[in-house]
Amino acid sequence: MSIKVANVSKKFGDFSALRDVSVEIPSGSLTALLGPSGGGKTTLLRVIAGLETPDEGRIEIDGVEATSLPPQRRGVGFVFQHYAAFKHMTVERNIAFGLSIRKRAKDEIKARVQELLELVHLEQFAQRYPAQLSGGQRQRMALARALAVEPKVLLLDEPFGALDAQVRKELRAWLRRLHDQVNVTTVFVTHDQEEAMEVADEIVVVADGEVKQVGSPDELYEKPASDFVMSFLGPVTTLDGKLVRPHDLELLSTAEPGAREAVVDRVTRLGFEVRVDLSTDEGAAWAQVTRATAEHLDLQPGTRIWVLPHHSRTAVPVQG
Amino acid sequence: MTNNAVTDVRAGASRWTLRVVVLGYLAFLLVLPVAVILYRTFQHGLAPVVDALTSANAIHAYQVTAVVAGSAVAINTVFGVTAALLVVRHRFPGRRVLDALIDLPIAVSPVVVGLALTLVYGRTTSTGSWLAREGIQIIFSIPGMILATSFVALPLVMRAVVPVLEEIGEEQEQAAATLGANAVQRFTRITLPSIRGALAYGVVLSLARALGEFGAVAVVSGRVVGKTETASLYVLDLYNNFDQTGAYAMATSLAAVAVLSLIVSRFLRPKGSAA
Repeated sequence: MSIKVANVSKKFGDFSALRDVSVEIPSGSLTALLGPSGGGKTTLLRVIAGLETPDEGRIEIDGVEATSLPPQRRGVGFVFQHYAAFKHMTVERNIAFGLSIRKRAKDEIKARVQELLELVHLEQFAQRYPAQLSGGQRQRMALARALAVEPKVLLLDEPFGALDAQVRKELRAWLRRLHDQVNVTTVFVTHDQEEAMEVADEIVVVADGEVKQVGSPDELYEKPASDFVMSFLGPVTTLDGKLVRPHDLELLSTAEPGAREAVVDRVTRLGFEVRVDLSTDEGAAWAQVTRATAEHLDLQPGTRIWVLPHHSRTAVPVQG
Repeated sequence: MTNNAVTDVRAGASRWTLRVVVLGYLAFLLVLPVAVILYRTFQHGLAPVVDALTSANAIHAYQVTAVVAGSAVAINTVFGVTAALLVVRHRFPGRRVLDALIDLPIAVSPVVVGLALTLVYGRTTSTGSWLAREGIQIIFSIPGMILATSFVALPLVMRAVVPVLEEIGEEQEQAAATLGANAVQRFTRITLPSIRGALAYGVVLSLARALGEFGAVAVVSGRVVGKTETASLYVLDLYNNFDQTGAYAMATSLAAVAVLSLIVSRFLRPKGSAA
């Protein structure tokens, strides 16, 4: 059940939401569309679902040309950021909606709904209305509703965006397990790189209406294609005119070949790790070291040290 | 302390003045006339009232009212929901003009509406004579009365539905679409149940307005007793013919229906709406 997006462009008035976007999402994968707000990732997801019509380009779902199909004939499940729960229906009837539209037999619907209620842990809440559920419960109901019709692909728009941090963490892990259990091709939109790295098999970085890079979380982190991708996927600092990860900077008490001299400006302890702000003769940088290292080097504001970037690690020339 | 006490007394006094003014105003404008009508209606007991309400002309007037008000409400319900969907969900040139035009019937005097309809559909006009040749009579007959009543009650359903449509947004319908629902299924299963309360409120308001309409209907109906006379028109007719008991009885029955509709609308009123 793969998805193929070919040369899709979409404009809203003068604003180009998508520019000639092509991407293929392999069958059975769990893919994140990651990028900053307003970068086009939600538009891309909605174009795949048929909720937006592209100005140019084609969409193929499971090898079938879907560009001109209305959403109800694409076989996609869509989960909205704000759940889009049917407020006038109970949880049970929300989940049964797609099946009753398809005129399935009553007992078949009942059995399937029961199965899904168990899958999303809402057995106790079948007769409640959405207004009587918490945000996380509503989101799980929306997911069960989308899964009920056995969609070819499952699309989730910022599925955890409206939830508080704790629930969000739980649901992330749960989505990962659910995907392994149900194994439907899943695409979710997020602006949170940590969420994408933790949950997805594959990440598509979307910004300015373009696909910036596609790859596994490791590939993207270790081999970012541009300084944009590198800085979007994790913390960065600049040293010797290159972007480097602050945890790839080694701090030394004596000069070594390749090391650059620096003065400590500030030491901030953040639990296990320590953030060290530095001044070099070409500008400010910062390094992330362990508590033990910080103590061993006796880092204080004003301490003179040497910074050695791990050149085996990621470094991308700063552009512009 | 003393200052506070003085302020309290003053606030109390002004509050009382306000209450007396408002209640007095309502008493003279609303309560007194209605009470007098009620008193006059039942002054000579129940029998004359029953006689007046069951006379052939009275029953016919009720029937005309039911047909005219019922049709106008049905038309306005369909039109109101369609117009509301159009204004809320679609962006097209002239949308704001449509939005403003729909409120016109509130500002225009019903008599003017009646005259305007007569000018367009009267027998002496080109539209009217063409329709007459096709065997359709608008003015001085039921269709014209339905048109006039629809016109005066035009914005009520739409104005009740628009805020709810705006509030529920499009996501539920889009979700229904991805679950396989076509446009008709989305409307009947998602949109309609979501606006049900507001729609019922608008319908009841329209009904109340349609039942009480006088001016526009008076002009277009020609007020032919036993043919094109609604209950409201019949009240004045009875009064002019010195049948005061009959007039009061009809007036009371109409007022009762109006009060009943308002009570029903009170229960149906969407929560949090100031309308």
